[in-house]
Parts: sequence; structure tokens; C-alpha cells
Amino acid sequence: MEQELAALQLEAEAAIAQITLLEGLNELRVKYLGKKGLLTASLRNMGALSAEERPRVGQIVNTVRDVIESQLAAKEEQLRLAALASRLAQETIDVTLPGRTFIKGNVHPLSQVQEEIEQIFLGMGFTIAEGPEIETDYYNFEALNIPKDHPAREMQDSFYITEEILLRTHTSPVQIRAMEKLVPSLPVKLICPGKVFRKDDDATHSPMFHQVEGLVVDKGISLADLKGILLEFARQMFGPERQIRLRPSFFPFTEPSAEVDVSCMLCGGSGCRICKGSGWIEILGSGMVHPNVLKMGGYDSEELTGFAFGMGVERIAMLKYGIDDMRYLYDNDLRFLKQF
Amino acid sequence: MRVAYKWLKELVDVSLPPEELAEKMTMAGIAVEKVENLAQSLDRVCVGQITGMEHHPDADKLWICQVDVGTETRQIVTGAQNVQTGDKLPVAMDGAHLPNGVEIKPAKLRGVPSNGMLCSTGELNLDPQDWSERSQNGILILPEDAQVGQPFAEYLGVDEYVLELELYPNRADCLGMINVAREVAAIAGGALHLPAWANGIEPQLPAGEVATKVTIATPALCRRYAAMLIEDVKIGESPLWMKQRLTAAGMRPISNLVDITNYVMLEMGQPLHAFDVAKLAGNQIIVRPAQPGETIVTLDNVTRTLDAEMLVIADQDSPVAIAGVMGGLNSEVTADTRSILIESAHFLGSSVRRTSRKLGLRSEASQRFEKGVNAANLVAVLGRVATLVEQLGIGRAVGPVLDSYPEPLAPVALELHTAKVNALLGLNLKDEQIESTLARLDFAMHWAEAGKLVVQIPPYRADLVVEVDLIEEVARLHGFDKIGTTLPRGVTTLGKRSREQGLKLAAKKSMAASGFTEVINFSFSSPKALERLKLVEEHIWRRQIKVLNPLRDELSVMRTTLLPGLLETAARNVSRRNLDLTLFEQGYVYLPTDPQMLSLPDEIYEIAGLACGTVPKTWNQAQVTQDFFFVKGALQSLFTDLGINNYSFISVKDIPFMHPGRTANIMIRGKVAGFMGELHPEVVEAYALPGNTYVFVLDGPALFAAAEGKVKFSPVPRFPAVTRDIALLVDETVTVEKIYRSIRKVGKELLREVRLFDVYQGQQVPKGKKSLAFTLNYQSGERTLTDEEVTKLHETIKATLDKEFGAELRQ
Repeated sequence: MEQELAALQLEAEAAIAQITLLEGLNELRVKYLGKKGLLTASLRNMGALSAEERPRVGQIVNTVRDVIESQLAAKEEQLRLAALASRLAQETIDVTLPGRTFIKGNVHPLSQVQEEIEQIFLGMGFTIAEGPEIETDYYNFEALNIPKDHPAREMQDSFYITEEILLRTHTSPVQIRAMEKLVPSLPVKLICPGKVFRKDDDATHSPMFHQVEGLVVDKGISLADLKGILLEFARQMFGPERQIRLRPSFFPFTEPSAEVDVSCMLCGGSGCRICKGSGWIEILGSGMVHPNVLKMGGYDSEELTGFAFGMGVERIAMLKYGIDDMRYLYDNDLRFLKQF
Repeated sequence: MRVAYKWLKELVDVSLPPEELAEKMTMAGIAVEKVENLAQSLDRVCVGQITGMEHHPDADKLWICQVDVGTETRQIVTGAQNVQTGDKLPVAMDGAHLPNGVEIKPAKLRGVPSNGMLCSTGELNLDPQDWSERSQNGILILPEDAQVGQPFAEYLGVDEYVLELELYPNRADCLGMINVAREVAAIAGGALHLPAWANGIEPQLPAGEVATKVTIATPALCRRYAAMLIEDVKIGESPLWMKQRLTAAGMRPISNLVDITNYVMLEMGQPLHAFDVAKLAGNQIIVRPAQPGETIVTLDNVTRTLDAEMLVIADQDSPVAIAGVMGGLNSEVTADTRSILIESAHFLGSSVRRTSRKLGLRSEASQRFEKGVNAANLVAVLGRVATLVEQLGIGRAVGPVLDSYPEPLAPVALELHTAKVNALLGLNLKDEQIESTLARLDFAMHWAEAGKLVVQIPPYRADLVVEVDLIEEVARLHGFDKIGTTLPRGVTTLGKRSREQGLKLAAKKSMAASGFTEVINFSFSSPKALERLKLVEEHIWRRQIKVLNPLRDELSVMRTTLLPGLLETAARNVSRRNLDLTLFEQGYVYLPTDPQMLSLPDEIYEIAGLACGTVPKTWNQAQVTQDFFFVKGALQSLFTDLGINNYSFISVKDIPFMHPGRTANIMIRGKVAGFMGELHPEVVEAYALPGNTYVFVLDGPALFAAAEGKVKFSPVPRFPAVTRDIALLVDETVTVEKIYRSIRKVGKELLREVRLFDVYQGQQVPKGKKSLAFTLNYQSGERTLTDEEVTKLHETIKATLDKEFGAELRQ
């Protein structure tokens, strides 16, 4: 009997070892451990055993059952893992295939740069003022200390609608309109972004372009404050290492006036192709608001001072992205627009 | 203004090399655009002399020349036939880069080595007219006195640097060398060496018979008119030094007398004009407005028709010059002229500008008048002319100088407060620092009291008018770089966008998220931009505002809608084979408020877009062709993003450029806020677009008014939803909108969602019918719905659809 059981165990073990499919395993389970299975059948012969042998053989039967069961379980786990491994192997994909295409639109680079400029000044407590693109001669020139026949009018060749109405040549008229609206509240602290128009058309000039103008009026505003605000802007826009320098200039609506250069973002100031070897790149015009302009805006030019600055969004965008011809910005070729 | 460096050094001690001086001037407000080395292209070119010549053995037309270049004798092969032994000529040696771009290298010509090149006027960019007869066809033959071995630039007197100033309109004073020297002295600190006449000292002339009578008829346009008589005039050529300086300054030498007037203009900034006294009828100079239609033949031999706004110099009969712009041929100085009247005048800048613009005539003189000349100095300038006339032996200046100056300008003094200087600049200068800074400009000044300086403004600095102008002088001479950086102190301000600014930005981001790419077109367009849209005559878009002086016709009217710009941009892209386009633009359009344009137009914000072509097939996605519903979906997204709820799309058939069956008006709060749909096939063809094209145009203000932007929380449902489908067959004319409304009306609040998931026409669907399939989602916020109540509600909906649309239900 013991020998039979030992042989049965060996036979079962051998059979389990040979199995390669889960179904086969079930058949073996039935064959050996089922109600009519071989081990169960051997139990029936227990009656023939003596009372002393019965528990011992019974134990052997249980051991054999445990061995077979654990072997079956182990085999089952082995087969399950093998089957899983094989399934996963079959499911392998080429991960280098392109991903699903999401059709994404692009905001025009000028809009993006304008928003970035706005964001920097919003962070410094400026609000955004707007004004008409078709302006009166008064707001575009006269209120800005540029009377009729002033030679400075030549700096800005204008498009006229009538003798008194023109396409604004800068966003500066918004300064006056904003001051008129705000007076006498202080401080005045705003930027005016928008389209402007001048009679120019080449690789570095477009008859329509975008400006962002800035204006601060309060008690005790100085040229040093202007430098501080512009340095902060230059660093946020072009990198924390940037320096600025002011060159004396002339605008009828500011006095003193200055062109502002930023240290070259490409070479860091040592001189390269972009900065034409000078280490500096001109980015905007600025100055202390001319007393006449403060008066035109309704503010007291004895008590208050202010500064103003104006930059071309195109210029900033061209520097930021390395665009070498302004006409790209208005050609609207999809292959250009899709790069931003 | 071109400032010759050697010339400048005669007027002021300058120790800085040209480039460094330029940098310093720029940083102090006199911008130097570039520094030009006039001799650069003549480097390695020198005066040589032919010491021997023989024929080339293998080429009839070539000569082998031995050329003495001072240090050595070089063999040079030339094809020129105008040279002979003994001639002196310019020789370019190897390494030279000639002005015409030619680079000289040692070479062999037909086997014979040639070490250099003999140059023609053309190769050196010289005007052949200035050189001898023999130089006209071939090599430039130099005069006998040329020194063999001398660098050719030195020979020409062009071993010179020129600083090209880019002057701001307020610094017209620097259009003369004297005032440039004053600036350089203030900026770089050298001593000035100015002659007396530069400081306004007027000449003592020997008395002569000056019979000319000067009358200023319009003092408003001519502040001062001075004139000086020169007798026994001998017209000829100017000396070389004067020619060289004129050339360096960018002017052409003409004749000794004209050259003097130009030379003095370059020195003092004061334009001068010379009349032949014998040709002045009645010996009269009358400064008066032109009579309308009056004509004059100007020095360039063009007949000019004048109008009453133009100022002329006339004799008793007719104009002899257009004031400040150009002289007349009738009073021109010629070789026979014996007596000359030199005019030194102040004409109103704006008047000269208007005239020179109208006539299309701009000159060195007119530019100086436009920007303003120094009326105080006119007679002193004539004294300078007298000196030169005598020095060059051209004639004899005689007095008295005619001088008509009805209202002399009063001297200007400005107060400057130390406290204001420091407050405006953010500096902390002491009185004496401010004084020593301004003293560099050589202004007379004195302290009225501590902290209050009174500064006498010299007449040549007409740009200094108010106190801040002087503060700017302090700032630029002290150095902008010495001013610190601070941030404004004071009340904290909030930086934020207005509601509308936020919505405009949100709209851009929404459109981009839906796959549309933003374009920016010009705000002006061609008057023909609307031609292809088949608009009726009275359409509002036809009210285009015209630009009086457009750059070109295609940019001559202000846009009244963004649509044509988008269509043109699409057409341009398509012509470059960018066929799949989804574009949008946001911006203002302009409509007149008044036909005479007496008031500003309305500027209306518009949002418009266009889609055509396909989304191309990829390995795992089928090609998608753009259609009506793509654009509609994008707009629905836009409305969601802007917080607009109350909108609908209603079929519209009468927009002439749109497909009548595939266009909808967009209704917001019951009003038309725009339209969208398929472009009319004829318009598609007119713009040569590749196929069906979909567009939309939205009115910004209507959108922004309806944008509530409010998000309100509603509880997440806790009870299960029950889903039931309905498939039905209806007439193809029944709109889905109607069926939706009907389903919702019955379903009420228990019907959480209705979604159309299939529309079918074709096989198994009778003609004139369409099959629609909806999924209905029932859910209650308070309890789990029972199967019976859902079934009952669903059946009621079906029955209603059957009743209202004769809908045949399908299983």
C-alpha cells in the first residue's frame, strides 16, 4: 500500500511536470484528486488495513495529496505566468510610432510677446489702458507737445484720414486720454499696448506695428525710478543677467529723453553679430514726462513728475525669437506661425 | 551731418581717436551713426610712375610696364592704351580692396607675371570729370606734381575719418562744425579754438556802393534778411583743401564762390545764397509770398509753379529764388558775373518745409532752414564769407551789410533749481557740481541765490526753452550711467486686466485650443477687398474710410471686417501649398460715424476665422475633412470658455457670399451676434481656395456683453443614472434643435442629458426621411429612479415625438 502510494506520487509528479497547458492540469487534478481519482480510490483500500496501520497510511495519503496539490498549484502559477508573459510579449508595440495628433492652434508670436510684456508690468502694479487707433491730431501730436509744423512730426510720417484725423503714429495719445480720465487720482501707473501706423515699409519697418507705452505719474518720480522699472522689465523679459544703459535722446513729450539699450542676450555684452559688436541692443525709448504733457493731461506739472516709455513689440519679438525680417510677422505664412 | 575729424581737430583739441570720440558723443546725446574711414578702400594704393614699357610678346593689346612705386619697381601688365613712360598714376598693389570691390592679387597675364594694377577713375570711384582729358579713356593720369610713393588717399586728401551724426530735431545747431566743436569740447573736454566770427563778431568792411534795396513783405515768414555785396568777382575753381573738405562732408565742389557759401554753411549751419546783382531787376530784393500760379525756373532748369503759401525772393519783376529752397536760373552766378549779393537770412522753418515738400525739392540748405537757423548770427556769417573771398582772391566784399531785422530776438535766461535737478534725476548733486557741469557748455551763468542758478542761453541753443531742458543738459553731461536705479515709492497699486481685456485674451486662447492659428493682418486694405464678396451696394462693409496718403493702393482703406483679410491670407497660403488652414484673427474694424469724417469713427472689435482643407490622415487616424460642424464646435467651445450660455444657431439664406443652405446666424440674447457657415462656392473659386471653406465672423461687443463668466457649483449626483436610447425616422426638414426642445420639454428635470449619437440617410431609410438616434440619461438628485417611472417617462417622450413630428420609432 505504501509502495503503491509512493508510486502514485511519483507518477503524478511526473505527469504534472510534463503538462504545458492549463486544461491538462485540470485533467490531472481530476485524475488524481477527484472524487473518482486515483488517490481517492486508494483510500477505499484503507479498510483492508489494520487499525494500527490505518492512521499511519492515512497520514501518508494526506502527505501525498498535499504534495500533489502543491505541485499542481505551483505548476498552475508557473503556467499562468508563462501565459501572461507570452501575452505581454505578443502585445509589444513599436513605441517609436508617432503619438495621436492633437490639432493645436497657435497664438501669433506678437500676441504672445505682447501678453508677456503686459504680464511683467501687471506684476509691477500697472494697469492696461487702451485708446482709439484712429486718432485726432490733437491727441496724437498737439497734446504731446508736438504742435503743427514741429520738425518732430517728420520723425513719424503719418497716414491721414482728414487734416485733423489720422492713424495714430504711437500709443502715446493714450497717455493723455488716460490722464484726462484719471485726474486728479494718483498714482497714474499704466501701460497702453496697441497697433500704430507709420509710412515705412522694409525689412525693419512695417506700416502697421505694435507698441507698448508706459506712464507713471506721482509725487517724487525720478529718472532713477524709470531706470529701476526698465531694468526689472529687461531682466524679466531677457534674463536675470541683463543690464540696461540709457543714451540721451529726443522726444518732444519727454525731457530728459533716453534710448534704452539692453546688454546683448546672445553674447552677454562681449559683442556679436546680433548686437553688431557693441554688446548692446536698443529696445525702447523713454524719458521724464514733459511738463507741457502733464499739463495737457490735467495734472500739476509743478508738484508732480512722471516717466514714460515706449517699445515696439515687433522688435522685442524679433530679438526673442531671432527673426531677421519684420515682414514675416505680417505675411501670416502657416509655416511661420506654426513655429510659435 | 558729416563731421570730418581732421577739420574738427582744427576747431577743438581732441585727443580721442575717432571711434572713441563717437562713442562718447553718442552717450552724451549727439548720436554718431557711424564712423567712416574714407581712406579704407584706398589702402595699398599709391602714386606710381612708369619707368619703362614694352609690348607683351603674346598679346598685341597688352603692355608690360615697369612701375616705380617709391620703395621698389614693380612689373605690371596692363591693357590700357592711354599710358606712356613717365606717366604718374595710381597703382593698386596686392592686398588692395578697391572701392569698386576688386581685390588685387599677384597674377600672370598670358604667362607674364603682373604685381599690381594701374587704376582708372571708375575703379577708384572717382568722378572722371575732375581729371585730365587723357584720363577719360583708360588709366587715371595724375598731374606732374604727384609724389611717387605717396599713399593715394593722402594724395587725394581723403586720409580722413568722417563721423556721421544722426541729429535729433532739437539739435539743428549741430548742423555746423562750429557748434559740433562746442559740443565736443563740452563732452570730451578739449579747448576750443573758435574764430571771432563764430562768436557773433560782425565784420568791418570797406565802404562801397551798395545800391540794392531789401524789403521784407512778410516778417512772419522771414525774421531777418542780411546781404553783402562782393565786387570784382572772378569765378574759378576752389583750392584743393576746400574741395576735399566739401567732399568729405558729402557736398560736390562747384565753383569757388558757390563752394564758399557751402563751406560757410558747413561751418556755421547757415545756408547762404548768391545772386548776380546785375540780374536783379530794379536792384531790388523783396521777400514776399508767391502769387498763385507764378512760375520760376530753378537752378536745376525745372519750371516750378508756385502758390501763395510759398515764400520767394523777388526783384521788382519776378521771383529770383524760392526762399530757403532753391535759387532761380534768372539770377544765377555765371562765369561772367562781376558783382554778387550774398544772402544770409532766417526763413520760418515750417514754411520752408511745406514749400520744399510741395515742390519735392530738398537740399542741404532747406533742411537747415526747416530745423531752424540762428538769426542772431547772420551778419557775422557774412563776415566769414568776406574773409574767405579775400583769402581766395575771388573779389572784394564791401559794406555796408544790408540787414533787415524787424524784431530782434530778446536774449533768453533760464532759472535752474538744484532741488529740481536732483528730484527729477534721482541724484544728489551740489550747487557747484551743477555749475561746473553746465560750465562745460560755455554758458554765462550766476547764482541768484543758493540753489538757484540763472543761465544765459546763447542764441544758437534755441532748443533750451524751459527749466527741464537745462536739467537734461546736466543729466547728459553728468552721465546717465551715473544715475542709480530705484523703484517708485508710494501707494501700492493693483495690476490687473479689465474684464474686456481678459475676455479678449480668453477668446484667443480658446480659439487656439480648438486648433485655430492666429493671424494678424493690416488694418488697412485694398478698396477692392470686398469686390469678390458680391455685397449689395448699401452693405455696411462698403463704408470704408479712405486714407488720404496711403503707402500704396492695396493699403488705402480701413478695414470694415476681418473677413477679406482672412480670405486673402488663406489664398496666399494656398498659393504656397499650405492647403490645410484653420485661422482666426481678433482686432478692430472701423466704421465712420459721419460721412465727412468730422468725428472719430467707431472702432469695433471683431473675432473671425476660417477653416478649409483637411486634418491629414495619419497611421492611426483617418483623414478628417473640415466641415460646418468643426467650426460650430469651436464656437461652442469659445462660448463656453467666455461664459456665454444663451446662444443659438439659426439658418440664414441671404448672406450673398455664403452658401444659402449651410450658413447660420449666431444669436446671443436674441440678437444677431455674427454668422458662420460655408463660403459660397463662387467666392471659394474667386479666391482660388482648394475646396469647401468655412468662415465665421463674430461681433466682440455682443459677445463680451453676454459673457457672464460665472461658474456655479451643482452637486455631483449620488444616485445612479438610467440610460435609454431612442431611434426615430423623421422628415429630413425637421431640425434636430426642434426634437431636442421637444424631448427636454417632456423630460423635464429628470432628464439629465440628451445626446444625438447618429444621423443616417441612405440605404433602408426612405427618401426624404432621416434616421436620428439619441441617448437619454435619466437621473434624480434625490433618489434612485425606478425602472417603471423611467419607462413611463421614456414612453411619454416617444409618444410626444410621434405626435409632433410623425416620428416613426425604430427598434
